[in-house]
Amino acid sequence: MTAQRDGTVPTLPRWTGLVPVGVLMVIIAFFATGLTKDPHALPTMMVDRPMPEFELQPLDAQMPNLTNDALRGGVTLVNVFGSWCVSCVAEHPMLMELNQSGLVTIHGVDWRDEAADGKAWLDRYGNPYTSVGLDADSRLAIDLGVTGAPETFLVDADGRVRYKQIGPITPEIWQETLAPLIEKLKADAQ
Amino acid sequence: MIGEVGLFALVLALITASAQSTLPLWGAYTRNRRLMALASSAAVVQLGLLAMAFACLILAFVRSDFSLQVVAANSYTLQPMFYKVSSAWGQHEGSMLLWVLVLALFGAAVAVFGRNLPATFKARTLAVQGMIGVAFLAFIIFTSNPFARLYPAPFEGNGFNPLLQDPGLAFHPPMLYLGYVGFSIAYSFSVAALIEGRVDAAWARWVRPWVLASWCFLTIGITAGSLWAYYELGWGGWWFWDPVENASFMPWLIGTALLHSALVVERRHGLVNWTLLLSILTFTLSLIGTFLVRSGVLTSVHAFAVDPSRGVFILFMILAASGGALSLYAFRVSAVRNGPPFAAVSREGGILANNLLLLSATAVVFLGTFYPLIIDALTHDKISVGPPYFNLAFAPIMLCVAGLMALGPFLRWRSDSAKVASAPLKIPMGIAFVIGAGVGIFGHSLPAGLGFGFASFLTMGLAVWFVRRVRLGKVPLGQSLTLARAFPRATWGFLGAHLGFAIVMIGVTAMSAWETENVAFLREGDSVSLGNYEFTLTGTQVTQGPNFEAERLTFAVGHDGKPDGQIETERRFYPERQSFTTEAGIRPGLFSNLYVAYGESGRTDGYSVRVNYHPFAMWIWLGGFTIAGGGLISLSDRRFRVAGLHKTARQPAVLRPEVV
Repeated sequence: MTAQRDGTVPTLPRWTGLVPVGVLMVIIAFFATGLTKDPHALPTMMVDRPMPEFELQPLDAQMPNLTNDALRGGVTLVNVFGSWCVSCVAEHPMLMELNQSGLVTIHGVDWRDEAADGKAWLDRYGNPYTSVGLDADSRLAIDLGVTGAPETFLVDADGRVRYKQIGPITPEIWQETLAPLIEKLKADAQ
Repeated sequence: MIGEVGLFALVLALITASAQSTLPLWGAYTRNRRLMALASSAAVVQLGLLAMAFACLILAFVRSDFSLQVVAANSYTLQPMFYKVSSAWGQHEGSMLLWVLVLALFGAAVAVFGRNLPATFKARTLAVQGMIGVAFLAFIIFTSNPFARLYPAPFEGNGFNPLLQDPGLAFHPPMLYLGYVGFSIAYSFSVAALIEGRVDAAWARWVRPWVLASWCFLTIGITAGSLWAYYELGWGGWWFWDPVENASFMPWLIGTALLHSALVVERRHGLVNWTLLLSILTFTLSLIGTFLVRSGVLTSVHAFAVDPSRGVFILFMILAASGGALSLYAFRVSAVRNGPPFAAVSREGGILANNLLLLSATAVVFLGTFYPLIIDALTHDKISVGPPYFNLAFAPIMLCVAGLMALGPFLRWRSDSAKVASAPLKIPMGIAFVIGAGVGIFGHSLPAGLGFGFASFLTMGLAVWFVRRVRLGKVPLGQSLTLARAFPRATWGFLGAHLGFAIVMIGVTAMSAWETENVAFLREGDSVSLGNYEFTLTGTQVTQGPNFEAERLTFAVGHDGKPDGQIETERRFYPERQSFTTEAGIRPGLFSNLYVAYGESGRTDGYSVRVNYHPFAMWIWLGGFTIAGGGLISLSDRRFRVAGLHKTARQPAVLRPEVV
């Protein structure tokens, strides 16, 4: 606020009256953009990047280790679960069905769990996984940016993450999102 | 039946509001008295209809009529009657109905109490108020119908959010709405004034009581909300800079600026344009607040029902209401005559400076609140803005505000000398510096020193102002008392509200600088210490409430090794919602609170307990209510009651062009 020569506060030029309405329009434009976005959706840093290097111990000695090699040569799903996870029980029948249909290979990552608990859980509900690795100390989960279980990563034949599903795979999600994506990836590979 | 009656009343209210927003405008243009008078009747009828709709909704909740969707989703047969009633406005649909009810209440109040307003002006004000009503009623009826039926009706409802089952929170939304919806009146007055092309001292006298009343309610609402967060959320915080809190705080900040600039219009006929602009901006921020809360564009700890389509609707409302008013402002403001010029150093200048500071504070809060949204829109990055930003950016502005608040009352209108005006403040400034330095050094905290220094400067400034006003010591004591008794209530109100600000400053500063905390895992008989206090878990007890099970822990408190009473803290489990609430154990004191809360530990053989020492915590709310009290005292001033009768004070309008 600069004082004029006679010491009084000056009046502003006429065009400044347009400033408030201009600012409001900019704000409304931002709000409108904001409405099209979901503030709860977290970005997936992993999409279109190669799977991190990992080697996970199996749940019992008879099973093989789960490593990057298991993901080569075809489209696979990597499903993060745990025997402590309630939603995983809900998701489980869908995974069993997918495994039986033979449409896609599913690997399991038993996250923040004890090997025995994970094994007992699979014995009880059935095992839809081709191989299962134990990630008790979240080593892979942190690299993958897992926010909770269940979470499923769609990995292409080159070992790149192409999609991340947060929460259980429901029949709708399979039909509308995962299945078409897998078809497309398979077609691209040929 | 109740539901249909309620919905019918809502639709009739929409029709009434449509009439109210159009016919009187035409009447004012054609100078048709009967059409203009229609505005008042419509405003009263609209209030009656909305009161009826609201009563229907409350009745449905009282009767647990689960065939209404909102009742089924938010009530429960076992719920105490008090919370059955308060859950009527504890969800989106009901709270929007309360919103329009308050809007109509203010409209009807202008219709009834504004008998001395010029007819054209009154008709235009009520028409604008009617337009806001139309928008919000359409919003309710088309996107958020509280009377939507559910078929088949369930036997039992889902219950009311347990966190909201609290006496304090039952009154929090109505207070908040009386506050920020009340600013709609200032908005309508301003738009009407812009249409008429004239603003005079009488205009300010009409507007100011409405602004003041809204502002008082908003102050009470915000303070009560903060108090509720403190004892109910169980983490001992009193303000989180959460988007929803900011939504009510921004209108408060800018409303405070409006309150003061309207004073300049009233006394000196200065800052007219500025006041018009602030009225529009204040209500714009109320609308933006509603948008923010109802659309879910930002994540918040307050999980309300959100729906983007509602957001789109409100966004259009902002575009129409604020965009329209601000465009009107841009084209019409030059028609409004401004008062005599004033010097930079003057009472007007002081108020303008404080207005600019409050506006900057609002901008700081606005930017912090919406920065995540702006960044997401521009770069797709997800970020969050936390309390450190707000504290760092907001606190210095508030210190400047406090400094100006001490100086302001000593400034004369129109023109003054900084040297002369600040002369009486030399000694207070010295003492405040010593207090600030002392607190800063012994309290090991620079912010604490600054906060206490400025707060004591403000307090002493007010004291010196008072002493000089009543000429204490210069004339016999009896005469001083007579002088004090002759103060208009508004003067007492000003002293109270400003003192309240100093009290809040002390509370906030002390809490931020010296709060201490300790967390421990306790079994029965174990203790945890905090400073020279010791808390021993002496007993646990499970009790049954009306619709919850409570587990209560009792702690024996020891102070410096001596027993010092006990504190009880409780967690309640509400089976119908499968959720817990915390009833923190608080021992309030004038200089410190002891705060005990416990949470889930994941183990069954003990409890994870948190104890806090909160210095000067009560001062925050005490100060908040003092500020509101000052406002209410001021509101009872007789100048407001005879508002509009000072016809002699009205200045003739210079420009009176006809506008459509």
